[in-house]
Amino acid sequence: MDVPETVVLEQEQEEEALISGSEAIAVACKLADVDVITAYPIRPYDTVMQYVAKLVANGELDCEYIVAESEHSQFEIVKHAAAVGARVFCGSSGVGWMYAFEALTVTPALRLPVVAMVGNRALDDPGAFGVEHNDALAVRDLGWMLVWVDTAQEALDTALIAWRVAEDRRVFLPCAIGCDGAFLTHSQSLVRIPPKSKVQKFLPRYDRGDLLLHPDNPITIAPQVNEDWLMEIRKQTDEAMRRAKGVIEEAYRDFENTFGRVYGNPFFEEYQTEDAEVVLVGMGTLSMPVKVAVRQMRQKGKKVGFVRIRWFRPMATQELQACLSRFKAVGVIDRDFSLGSPYMSGVLANDIRSVLYSASARPAVVGFICGLGGREVTVPDVRQMVEILEKAASGEPVEPTYWIGLRE
Amino acid sequence: MSTQTQVLEPFKGVKKVPLEEYFTAGHRTCQGCESALVMKLMVKAAGPRTIVLGSTGCMYVANTTYYSTSWVVPWMHTQLGSSGSAALGTAAGLKALMRKGKIKEEPINVIAFCGDGGGADMGLSAISAALTHSEYNFLILLYDNESYANTDIQVSGLTPWGAHTTFSPPGSMRRILHRRWKKNVAGMLAAGHPECRYVATVCASYAVDMMNKVRKALSIGGPTFIHSIDPCPKGWDYDPMLSHELGELAVLTGVWPLYEVENGVLKLYGKTKAIAEGRQKRLPVREYLLRQGRFAHFTDEDIEYFQSKIDEMWEKWLIPGVIPFRKELEKELEKEE
Ligand SMILES: Cc1ncc(C[n+]2csc(CCOP(=O)(O)OP(=O)(O)O)c2C)c(N)n1
Ligand code: SF4
Ligand SMILES: [Mg+2]
Repeated sequence: MDVPETVVLEQEQEEEALISGSEAIAVACKLADVDVITAYPIRPYDTVMQYVAKLVANGELDCEYIVAESEHSQFEIVKHAAAVGARVFCGSSGVGWMYAFEALTVTPALRLPVVAMVGNRALDDPGAFGVEHNDALAVRDLGWMLVWVDTAQEALDTALIAWRVAEDRRVFLPCAIGCDGAFLTHSQSLVRIPPKSKVQKFLPRYDRGDLLLHPDNPITIAPQVNEDWLMEIRKQTDEAMRRAKGVIEEAYRDFENTFGRVYGNPFFEEYQTEDAEVVLVGMGTLSMPVKVAVRQMRQKGKKVGFVRIRWFRPMATQELQACLSRFKAVGVIDRDFSLGSPYMSGVLANDIRSVLYSASARPAVVGFICGLGGREVTVPDVRQMVEILEKAASGEPVEPTYWIGLRE
Repeated sequence: MSTQTQVLEPFKGVKKVPLEEYFTAGHRTCQGCESALVMKLMVKAAGPRTIVLGSTGCMYVANTTYYSTSWVVPWMHTQLGSSGSAALGTAAGLKALMRKGKIKEEPINVIAFCGDGGGADMGLSAISAALTHSEYNFLILLYDNESYANTDIQVSGLTPWGAHTTFSPPGSMRRILHRRWKKNVAGMLAAGHPECRYVATVCASYAVDMMNKVRKALSIGGPTFIHSIDPCPKGWDYDPMLSHELGELAVLTGVWPLYEVENGVLKLYGKTKAIAEGRQKRLPVREYLLRQGRFAHFTDEDIEYFQSKIDEMWEKWLIPGVIPFRKELEKELEKEE
């Protein structure tokens, strides 16, 4: 009989499917053989759980699939499952993510490698389903690794990388994958799905070692430490985040070797920056209109480029500085806001200012707050930003922050 | 895992209780702290193949100082409102790993404890959800010291009517600031979760009974719930010597009925059973209340009110001490028709 042979062949072969960003991450859960998944409904992330539920119902994914009664419980359940050695997946959007906030704060402190998808969404009130990055960014100081993806393919690949990095003993930190609501969560594209055998090679078993909560290893987790030890423990978490950077690089190299898909620099993608004089910087799916606009402006002879940041935490400070200090002006597009912050800018703009402060050549930095509440970032919006940047590059006075695409 | 649970037969008398302790020296609870005793008995009853999760409160803060943890079994903190989710997540993790052959298959007890504040206020929704997940085995134990004790004794949803706490002090204008009646948590959870196989109330003054309820809860399978009344010398304001006696008085005055609901069957036990069957008279609540400083501002009128509420619980409730609907309900409806 040739049946077993066929099966082996199928398992080894890559498949191609037309799927959304959410479905791509559900597929990643299956490939990664996740043990515990918790769901709670909120748009737009919850599409991932609809796909997960189907996979479970069809016997394609063997996991404990728990529909929790709140996001707080959702994240607490996976936190505790991870403590006994289970590979876990979870996610949320907007105010749901904020409802889980207490659980989100303790997860990195406990060094538990929870992998979550954030279907980025505005923090209503007033009611809005569309993308804003303030939800995921709220955990930026706490020890969550934060990565933004642009396509369904990148979502699948990054999810596999996220477990690999998060569950690395040198790291043991949670990782959230930012997926722009609607633009990525609900948009389909062709995705190459790797065979499970290769994923198993890339992604070793989660081994909690002597930190495992089990009767064979009777430890006490999270005792009262107060001023005696808290600072040292915080420092350990800081060291883990520092190490994460190297572990991420390692994971991408291995990813390329295993799957043959090449991302190059893991931390950010450069687009037509080689001879650029001004560049835009942003995260997530706004790369699509920005890239179109860059191409159009290049045809008119403008030296403009784009840098899309993937890993926001840990941030690749040195590499970003080396990259951005080459230009005359840098425009940072924030799909978020940070009211009352320096220059009344967005979160990313001020981080980039900070990255560049110690550079010997410091370009002008302009913040653009744009595309809030799911509003589309249009090609004319991008052109307007570049015009401002050109002024800044030639030394003309500009504002530190602009709201772009705002109705008069 | 594990439709299987550990088979924990009841201890047949105090002399049959093993000597091994799994909650030992190293804690810093107040002298006479009944909740600390509950911890000790709870885990003694459960034995070494147990994971304990504890929500924030005295039994976290005072028991697990870094480098001097009192827990011999694996222990993990959980957030104030997360005892339900902690139990569920731990049990789910173990179940997945055992089913998939990633760890050795064996029944491991999972116990999550919470205080009255963490469990009956903030964590109620997570506990309620957890009790509906019949496929996982765990016990949630609520140790009820009747206040947010660790933060300096504040009123919770389980603080008795009128009690003096730092958030409900008696004043010159208002003698009684706390005017809410204590929630009926065990009854609510038993009635509200028909698939839950075991709910019990306990009092550690009756230690062997208490341990045997824990053993039954862990053996019976599925999610289970135990509610323990814990005299707290600091919050209730009495001589630490009296903890044991106050636990007994809570039962003997009928303020704290002892019962278990096992596979849908309600059984009163201990002195409560004797009272219900008329073999023993309920003591007046005055004897219980006036031993505690938190009721020192009570007038005779207040004590009478308290007594009348307890009488009502015993005489008017559909199931005395458990289900607070009035028997008269049906008759009234008939009259209206
Ligand atoms: C979300 C949250 N809010 C408030 C607190 C502060 N807090 C710590 S312990 C505690 C008291 C908890 O009371 P209870 O659950 O009854 O336990 P007890 O201290 O009485 O043992 C509170 C309110 C906290 N830890 N977490
Ligand atoms: S305050 Fe009460 S519950 Fe807390 S340690 Fe003291 S006696 Fe025990
Ligand atoms: Mg309490």
